[in-house]
Amino acid sequence: MNNSMTMNSGHSPESAHSVRGYLVVYFALLAGTGLTVWASFIPFGSREINIAVALLIAGVKAFLVAGYFMHLISERKMIYNVMGFTAFFFTSLMFLTLYAMHDFPPTTVTH
Amino acid sequence: MDIPYTVHPRPDTGLYNAKMGIWLFLASEVMLFGGLFSAYVLLRVGADEWPHGWLNIPLGTANTFVLITSSITTVLAWVSLKNNQFSRFKLFHAVTLACALIFVGIKSFEYHDKFSHYEITLANGKFADGHLIGKSKDFDLKKKTGSVTLHGYEVDHEVELMDLHRPEARHIQREEITIPAVEIKKMGNYGPGHNTYTAIYFTLTGLHALHVIGGALVIGFLWGPGSRMWKTDPERFTNRVEVSGLFWHFVDLIWIFLFPVLYLL
Amino acid sequence: MADSVSNIPLHHDDGDGHREHDHPEAGFWRQYIFSTDHKVIGIQYGLASLCFLLFGFFLMLLMRWQMAHPGQPVPVFGWLLEKTLGQVAARGAMSADLYNSFGAMHGTIMVFLGVVPLAFAAFGNYVVPLMIGAPDMAFPRVNMASYQCYVLGGIVMLVSFFIPGGAAQAGWTSYSPLATSILTDGQTFWIIGMALIITSSLLSAVNFIATIIQLRAPGMTWMRLPFFVWAQFVTAFLLLLAFPPLEAAAVMQLMDKVAHTSFFLPTGLAIGGQLANVSGGGSPLLWQHLFWFLGHPEVYVLILPAMGIVCEIIANNTRKPIWGYKSLVYSTLVVGFMSFLVWAHHMYLTGMGQKIATFFQATTMIISIPSVIILTCLLISLWGGSIRFNTPMLFALGFLPMFGIGGLTGLPLGLAPSDIHLHDTYYIIAHFHYVVAPGTIFALFAGIYYWFPKMTGRKMNEFWGRVHFWCSFVFMNVVFLPMFAQGMAGMLRRMADGGANYSAARVPGVIDTLPDSIMQLHTWILWAAMALGLAQIPFIINLFWSIGHGEKVNSDNPWQSTTLEWQTPTPPPHGNFAVPPRVYRGPYEYSVPDHAGDFVPQNEPEK
Repeated sequence: MNNSMTMNSGHSPESAHSVRGYLVVYFALLAGTGLTVWASFIPFGSREINIAVALLIAGVKAFLVAGYFMHLISERKMIYNVMGFTAFFFTSLMFLTLYAMHDFPPTTVTH
Repeated sequence: MDIPYTVHPRPDTGLYNAKMGIWLFLASEVMLFGGLFSAYVLLRVGADEWPHGWLNIPLGTANTFVLITSSITTVLAWVSLKNNQFSRFKLFHAVTLACALIFVGIKSFEYHDKFSHYEITLANGKFADGHLIGKSKDFDLKKKTGSVTLHGYEVDHEVELMDLHRPEARHIQREEITIPAVEIKKMGNYGPGHNTYTAIYFTLTGLHALHVIGGALVIGFLWGPGSRMWKTDPERFTNRVEVSGLFWHFVDLIWIFLFPVLYLL
Repeated sequence: MADSVSNIPLHHDDGDGHREHDHPEAGFWRQYIFSTDHKVIGIQYGLASLCFLLFGFFLMLLMRWQMAHPGQPVPVFGWLLEKTLGQVAARGAMSADLYNSFGAMHGTIMVFLGVVPLAFAAFGNYVVPLMIGAPDMAFPRVNMASYQCYVLGGIVMLVSFFIPGGAAQAGWTSYSPLATSILTDGQTFWIIGMALIITSSLLSAVNFIATIIQLRAPGMTWMRLPFFVWAQFVTAFLLLLAFPPLEAAAVMQLMDKVAHTSFFLPTGLAIGGQLANVSGGGSPLLWQHLFWFLGHPEVYVLILPAMGIVCEIIANNTRKPIWGYKSLVYSTLVVGFMSFLVWAHHMYLTGMGQKIATFFQATTMIISIPSVIILTCLLISLWGGSIRFNTPMLFALGFLPMFGIGGLTGLPLGLAPSDIHLHDTYYIIAHFHYVVAPGTIFALFAGIYYWFPKMTGRKMNEFWGRVHFWCSFVFMNVVFLPMFAQGMAGMLRRMADGGANYSAARVPGVIDTLPDSIMQLHTWILWAAMALGLAQIPFIINLFWSIGHGEKVNSDNPWQSTTLEWQTPTPPPHGNFAVPPRVYRGPYEYSVPDHAGDFVPQNEPEK
């Protein structure tokens, strides 16, 4: 059977202290969740700000999961490029569609 | 000639094949859920009124904690294998599977709550809204016989049912209301067909739940019968655990966005 | 096909790098039906897709009959239609509903069950691992699963013809609310079939990208890859990232149909004069955006593999390197990237505002540049070449002007002002058929004639190949060229009576009706289409006859090609290469100065 520190995934050898790193991320995620819920009840004035705050916190949590739990932060260029293009295309799908549906000639009848 | 890089990484990419494959698959999943999220944004921006407070926030928060916990147990299960601690791997992934079960359980409860919640358009133009307690034996909507009992309340305008977070909603008194069938013009539950909010809610969370179940099945297989590979080819088995773990983290990632978008905003 | 694949006993391949080298020969089922070998899967895809292409062609012939003779019983096949489909084909004549379902299914079957599986999955599966020096695809079992999903999807689509209400009728684009309102489960079958086909494509796409990235042989750097591999690589990315939003939309349309949601059904929707019993609040435009987000990259999926095939054949039959290899590669990457940003040029007439229309018009114009660069490189590659006019080369040469016409006629469609007149007319049909039919399909024929000797050890008959080419070339043009005129005269798409209701004969004295000269073209087109169908018969016979009786090739590399797939035994055994090949040079080292022969294979060691 193999020895303990195998290099089979291209990472630096996993050792005990990275378990602590995972735990730090874990508690950060829990805290982020609590923060999201709490912030959603704060009246910022306009709903857009609530949305922006919620998405910002979600974005940070996503970065933590992707970066540390999924080891994206220590992967090489290849994966970054794929996910980067994906993120770009998703964003353009959403924003271009949104823009397209809200840019229409001034005399168009909307219900 | 054997297929290279199935277990050991290719030097210039730093990846073994399955890891490349799962990241590519996850990219397509980002686009899949991205399409649904785009639909959500469009439908919401285009709507005159959008519901608030229709979902149970404590339950949603609990589910978020459950999935985040399952995420860390997933990565720790993999770390255990890297450290040659098979029994730890078994323990951590048992927790992962338990979390998956809890998540689906809570989700089922939430779904049931929606399916038993009815909105009734009354003949007098008012609306009754509440959870179904029971129907009389002879209840038939078409023949207009019998009656239906809800635990809820009546409102004059349908728009009052939309925002349950507004200050006035605090004063809503819910009680047992019995409505004879003759007074019912239209009756429907808060299922997918109720409005675009429930439609996108059920579609997004339903597809997500299917991914939870699928991921749990794969992890369950690797935890159970598939774990025999640890004895014959431990590196390859560890890779399989890593790859399935990546899928699981992605499922958690989707929920990280689903929860605030559907429950809080 | 028994000869071609099993010269050497195929080993059980569990695809995980663990070979049992003294495994007994696999049985028939494991070897030919449930195989994980990329070559077998490639041939499976190839044969299935050719059958679907033929079936789609047949649907079209019936439609063209109806357009030339509206309401009249279909000769020869009318009784069969009535027997199998019942009331919709009463008296052997096609009803409008049947016409619509044939139209929708013709498009769906040709694009998703015919051309893409042939161009991408069949040729890609067979050739790409060989070209990069790999033993198989990265995930052989996923490969088999993708083929099975494809077959299942095809079966669902075919079965839908026979259910009450018939097959889908809302076009291959399945626009809501029509798609949801039509009283047939055929639309639901269509959605389920599409979901299966999309799954198949996604699995394939993952496999191709992982294979090309991970399994290139030592020395096979990115810039030494044959252009065909680059084309397949970009195509796979398009499938990977563009299909899922359509899958999301398909899920939502399915929910609209079975769960009574209103994702795409607007408030106030009335069906048959009555207010529909749905919640409303949805958006029909949302479906269109999600559909075309795939729909546009899909057309590049249709053309890129074809360009790859043509490039390989031109290099080989001019005996000189391709002109502008780097330009080809970068243009392909740019085309792939831009293809995600142009989709709403299919939606200019949906009431979009000026700013957004201008945006999409600009990106559409930009994307035409790399497309032209690719065609130009291929054209310039002919200059100064020692051209061998064999059948593959004839089809490859035929592709060039046909794709030129198809591409150039796309320009007035990409420009919003002219598209206002041409949208939804026969001009569009002519444009895209030129690109796909005498375009892509010619390239695919070229590929079949070209790689046939590697798969079977025999050549297809050259004489009948030329007959096939010339007849197809002439009749394709007679079928599609008049449609430009019809479109510019205002003849709309998807009219079951061929435009008779808008013709000068039906409504004399009204301006802008369709003149007799335009209507009479229907008859020309019908006869040309039938002749085109007849022209495929020599091809079909040639294909199957040559497997057992074609002229045997006396070398593993009968075309004297430089690329790796020709440096294997014929047909390649399981595992393809005994030892991993080593690559020393680029893919098109023909007529190299100071070399004895007129080509140097990629894996020949330096002297």
